[in-house]
Amino acid sequence: MAEPLHLRGTPSRSDQAFRGLAIGAAAVVLLVLALIAIEMSGRMGPVLDRMGFDYFTSRRWSPGERLFGALPFLWGTLYTAIIALVLAVPVSLLVALFVTQLASPAVRKPIVYVLDLLAVVPSVVYGLWGVLVLAQPLQKVFLAIHNAVDGIPGLQSIFGASPQGRSFMTAGIILAIMITPIITSLAREVIETTPQNEKEAAYALGATRWEMIRASVLPHAKGGLVGAVMLGLGRAMGETIAAALVIGSSIGQITINAFAPGNSMPAVIANEWGEADQLHKSAMIALALLLFAITVIVNLVSSAIVQRSLRRSRGTA
Amino acid sequence: MRHPGDPILAISLEPKLSWRTIKSFVMSGLMIAAFVAITIPLVLIIYSLVARGAPVALKAFPDFFTAAIPIVSRRSGPGMGPAIVGTLLCTGGATLIAVPLGILGAVYLHEYGKMSAFARLVRFMAMVMTGVPSIVMGLFVYVLWTMRFGYSAFGGALALACLMLPIVIGATEQMLRLVPDHMREAAYALGATKSRVILTVVLPAALPGILSGCLLAVARAAGETAPLLFTIGAATAYNPHLFENANTALSVQIFGNATSSFAAAQERAWGAALTLVVLTFLLTLVARIVAARFAAKR
Repeated sequence: MAEPLHLRGTPSRSDQAFRGLAIGAAAVVLLVLALIAIEMSGRMGPVLDRMGFDYFTSRRWSPGERLFGALPFLWGTLYTAIIALVLAVPVSLLVALFVTQLASPAVRKPIVYVLDLLAVVPSVVYGLWGVLVLAQPLQKVFLAIHNAVDGIPGLQSIFGASPQGRSFMTAGIILAIMITPIITSLAREVIETTPQNEKEAAYALGATRWEMIRASVLPHAKGGLVGAVMLGLGRAMGETIAAALVIGSSIGQITINAFAPGNSMPAVIANEWGEADQLHKSAMIALALLLFAITVIVNLVSSAIVQRSLRRSRGTA
Repeated sequence: MRHPGDPILAISLEPKLSWRTIKSFVMSGLMIAAFVAITIPLVLIIYSLVARGAPVALKAFPDFFTAAIPIVSRRSGPGMGPAIVGTLLCTGGATLIAVPLGILGAVYLHEYGKMSAFARLVRFMAMVMTGVPSIVMGLFVYVLWTMRFGYSAFGGALALACLMLPIVIGATEQMLRLVPDHMREAAYALGATKSRVILTVVLPAALPGILSGCLLAVARAAGETAPLLFTIGAATAYNPHLFENANTALSVQIFGNATSSFAAAQERAWGAALTLVVLTFLLTLVARIVAARFAAKR
């Protein structure tokens, strides 16, 4: 890297000022993150005074009775994110393999274009489409699925009775559509680091294309793919507006029935903020802080996995 | 890209129909099916947007884009003008805050800090910031700004700027990395100071790439709802002031009208959604063209 000769002497004043400006701009990132933690935890006081530790363990969320338990929303956030992952991960991996292993360069371009467009559609538009177009036909599909699995233990409680158009499952489906481009683009990046000679070695041993993928590509990309999936998990848990529109906004439901209306942390904040008083708002700010902590941890773990896997594979390539 | 499967297996170019080849065919079929599966929602969404949004937006052209929003939401009739102005105000304000800060921050990371402890911390935290949910940014700005100074488009701009900042930093640093060192060295050899080298050589060389990255960040911010929900309030009339009084935005209007039981409100939501999607697609398209030009020139 080039260094100016005169830096050994005293840099000019304007040079130092510019340097200071750049450092200041970089420090804004740290400032914002610190302020998020400080300012928001400062507003949690009222609800923690009222509820104590019950805030995290109580199932009852009833603003009218001044009772606030975050547990149902934690469950809803986790459950919809898991549904989204179950739907999005296989599709994303297959698409990533399609782009990197199967498609010719001419086909690759339109695929990437489709993924770009899916990533650009605003989440409120996904929500609008989900609630006004998708919800009604989905309810019929849900009912058919419920009737088909009725009587099978386990399945009959997941695909449960009296399905609603706006439910955990609907939110999971919409979230899956939204995180597919994210997981796919990261998975592509990881898969593309597979060394050509490892792939050719598999072919030389007489492997079919799929056997080559299983023997060379997937083992090579495993760590990075796990990281990509976790990044998708982080996005799915933090997604607000689409979930708020299609999840059904039930109060305090903790159920495994994916066809039942539910609620999630970001969704309840978006839906109840308008008519909330101080204590209620404090309870929701605490929810947001909890969500902040969870998504930061998930993102840290995922990027650590991706970085390590990318570094290792580039090192051996 | 060449596909090594074809030339190397010259011995058995005729595929024998064993269960192994069948399995490979099936998996290839599944890959294509997966791509078709993700294309379906995109096509359906675009179809719904055009089929339901275009009649609303064009029936009352150009009133839909200029008239005020009806105060009573069940009343039919056009009006998303104030929301369009609000979206432009919030997004424009956010751009003015986040782009200079982000570019300067990236200049520090790549030209000054490099691999120093502070630079690595900032780089790491910028990555953490990318994953912060947009609703958290909205509530943060509510607590920091709106509780003290009230609703205004500027609150929304602050929240959107928080979302854009790490994206701009990441994109800019990546572009600075592409500027070859010999350009910096040549400028130093002519006696230029470091700040002059950055401002007159490095940044202009990376400008198209930075521009394209910023436009993508702007496109993402323009479609955001959650950060605006708590910070700009709810207005139905034009409010061209950045710092004063409640405002509104396209995304907020869509969110509010989507769950309304009145057909008129839902119609307005579709019209607003079409407008918003066209806006974000256009920004993305311009970003792609800029990036492609940049790539061609290199």
